[in-house]
Amino acid sequence: MQIYLPIAEISVNAFLLLGLGGMVGILSGMFGVGGGFLLTPLLFFIGISPAVAVATGTNQIVASSFSGVLAHLKRKTVDLKMGCVLLGGGLVGSALGVQLFAYLTSIGQVDLLVTLAYVVFLGIIGALMLIESLGAILRTRGGRTPAPKRRKHGWVHALPLKMKFRTSGLYISAIPPILVGMMVGVLAAIMGVGGGFIMVPAMIYILGMPTKVVVGTSLFQIIFVAAFTTTMHATTSRTVDIVLALLLIVGGVIGAQIGTRIGIRIKAEQTRILLALLVVGVCLNLAMDLLVRPSEPYSITVEAN
Amino acid sequence: MRILAVLLVALFLQSFTPARAESLVAGMSQNLVSIDATFVGSEILIFGAVKREAPIPEGEMGVVIVVEGPREAVTVRRKERRYGIYLNAESMDFYSAPSFYAVASSGPLDEVLSELENVARRITVDRAVWGWASADSPEEEEFASALIRLREDSGLFAESADNVTFKQKTLFDTAIELPANLTEGIYIAQIFLTREGSIVAEYGTLVQVRKVGLERFLYNLAQDQPFAYAMLSLAIAIAAGYIASAAFVFFSRS
Repeated sequence: MQIYLPIAEISVNAFLLLGLGGMVGILSGMFGVGGGFLLTPLLFFIGISPAVAVATGTNQIVASSFSGVLAHLKRKTVDLKMGCVLLGGGLVGSALGVQLFAYLTSIGQVDLLVTLAYVVFLGIIGALMLIESLGAILRTRGGRTPAPKRRKHGWVHALPLKMKFRTSGLYISAIPPILVGMMVGVLAAIMGVGGGFIMVPAMIYILGMPTKVVVGTSLFQIIFVAAFTTTMHATTSRTVDIVLALLLIVGGVIGAQIGTRIGIRIKAEQTRILLALLVVGVCLNLAMDLLVRPSEPYSITVEAN
Repeated sequence: MRILAVLLVALFLQSFTPARAESLVAGMSQNLVSIDATFVGSEILIFGAVKREAPIPEGEMGVVIVVEGPREAVTVRRKERRYGIYLNAESMDFYSAPSFYAVASSGPLDEVLSELENVARRITVDRAVWGWASADSPEEEEFASALIRLREDSGLFAESADNVTFKQKTLFDTAIELPANLTEGIYIAQIFLTREGSIVAEYGTLVQVRKVGLERFLYNLAQDQPFAYAMLSLAIAIAAGYIASAAFVFFSRS
């Protein structure tokens, strides 16, 4: 069934979009990631312009992270205070990112920025995950258990503006969380992602938050950053396609429920290595666009009047 | 404002239809193309007749039909290898390129239309895009032909000889394909009757292409009240997220 998207102004198969949303939903349910980093490139592949794909992607993230955070709130695994501090940085970052996105759209370099951002971040994250999960499998085969990590007192603890984060059991400066939030906010705006895949490692390794509150807190702040980014994209570039978003959301929420069930059945190391391979695969695919001579070097942009 | 524009264009088209030995009358299958949620493209049938008050004159006869969409400013960019990667480098602006352009004719265009008429009236696709006589430099011509090639590939530009069928040297008809990725606005359809390549009569009419129903409502809301539109998008997302979570709780209990 073909459906005409009012903002993207193209006709696409509705079942293809439901399927895409569903597939990404399954993956996000299985691995506990938002899936924006997969959805946005997939939208490029089916011919949706980067501007519409990124802006609509952020709208879809609002739905999936809201659905996720409700479960975490019930289990009390959300550090609301930390979430608000991260959010403060996130809103500033998102505003900057949207301006950068609009500027680069006007000079025709937005595709490059988005592709580069994807290649760099997916490359780094994917490689790290692959090394880590391979290491974990080797360790379990060898029968050794990893040595427990000691809390480090690094540069994070030497900064001023200290705050007490009761739920996380931390007493640290507000500056690192604000900076982390800001960086993720910029990425959310230019990549059309929630940024959980950067936020979660940053919370564990830079801020030293306990693992059990990381996902809930990350989801909590992603809802607001994604909602803010959607509003900014809708008011500056007017590229949020509500029909496209709705189809992706419906597919996504159903997929997420299926994915969660699959996720429970398979082993953690196996899922991590699968996710790592997936991330590296998307990264290489996008990198090819930059490195291989394009079959059609020309492109047309209609100037907004 | 839009109605005024339509009237002006209509007057303008009327004005160059002088009384001659031969004149044209024509009609089409639809004057309004509606883009709704299930729009996958459309087809306009254009049909007409040559009206004569004298015996059929001498000379090879031809019909050329042009349908042109609203003009808009476009930028054509070319990817080049810089710093080891391919990125948009050179670009060229076209201040007034047609968003849609289809030419149908009763025979090969260089036979039914003289070069002189084509240059003067900008009838073929390359003339319509590349209005003034010829390209200033090979570089500019490359960008212009890339624009034409890309739009031809997406079905927005088309040039087809022999697509106009002629019956008894009087009746003619053709079908113009409209793809799904149409730009909204007023489309101009022009019909030219030629003898030995010179235009002897012409007829013009208008087609309106517009979004309707939900598509129109959402598009207008996004353009005119972007903040309300953003809130609507977010409300839908939040509601969907809540329903999904509630459904999950319900199903995991049962």
